[in-house]
Amino acid sequence: MAVRALSSVSVGDAVGPVTVPVSRETLVAYANASGDQNPIHQDEEFARSVGLPDVIAHGMWTMGASGTVVAEWAGDAGRVLEFGTRFTKPVVVPQAGAEVVVEGAVKAVDAETGRVTVDVTTTSDGVKVLGRCVAVVRLD
Amino acid sequence: MAVNPDFVGRTYPPSGPYPVDAALVADFARAVGATDPVHTDAEAARAAGYADVVAPPTMAVRFAQATEAAYVEDAEAGIDFSRVVHGEERFVHHRPITAGDEVVGSLTVDQVREAGGHAMVTTRTELATTSGEALSTVTSLIVVRGGEG
Repeated sequence: MAVRALSSVSVGDAVGPVTVPVSRETLVAYANASGDQNPIHQDEEFARSVGLPDVIAHGMWTMGASGTVVAEWAGDAGRVLEFGTRFTKPVVVPQAGAEVVVEGAVKAVDAETGRVTVDVTTTSDGVKVLGRCVAVVRLD
Repeated sequence: MAVNPDFVGRTYPPSGPYPVDAALVADFARAVGATDPVHTDAEAARAAGYADVVAPPTMAVRFAQATEAAYVEDAEAGIDFSRVVHGEERFVHHRPITAGDEVVGSLTVDQVREAGGHAMVTTRTELATTSGEALSTVTSLIVVRGGEG
């Protein structure tokens, strides 16, 4: 995977969009890898018992999948310096699975330090699920 | 029980060490859809300048949440985990976490405030190696929903 050249990047450049599928199996795998075993992310009956419409994805899964899109755009996952978000809406994951669509736009490029700021928009069923989602990557 | 505001400024003793191994990095990468070989191929990671396979940027949450448990589960803190919703998360990475790291976490309670009948709790977890090399600063906002009960 080649690292994107700083000189090739301009404010306004698009990142993605990339469609990422998410299934119940994805959430079990994420629960095991992250250590977050909250049953609202795995057990439909439990999720409904606490007032949710169905199983919902971990907010951190959604953030992680969004970060993947930015990292792969940069070309080296070790170059993500900063990454932050608000969790505004849940991603509902019915038995048949769901998708999120991740896209970004380059907001700022610092030619001196190589810091490139990307605003990220992640939607599920057309609804924004993350707020103020911003990543900073370092390019050369 | 309300969230205890007296905990603001409190720092817990370091937790861990949490070992990072290649299998864990690969599992996390797969779960978040990452296909960059730096997560799974040690040679590719070394060619890119890393000591070993690189954790995806949000994998630090695994160690941050393990560290946060001491606070969240502290009865005196007054956090009812069944009412907790994740509000915000932010990572500032000092260097990428790689396989072979032994991660320790140190948690500070930065802020406890009330908003709309809910408690908003901001924590900051400093992740470092056992030898003191800074890895990541992880800031997390949790919302403890108010209401009856």
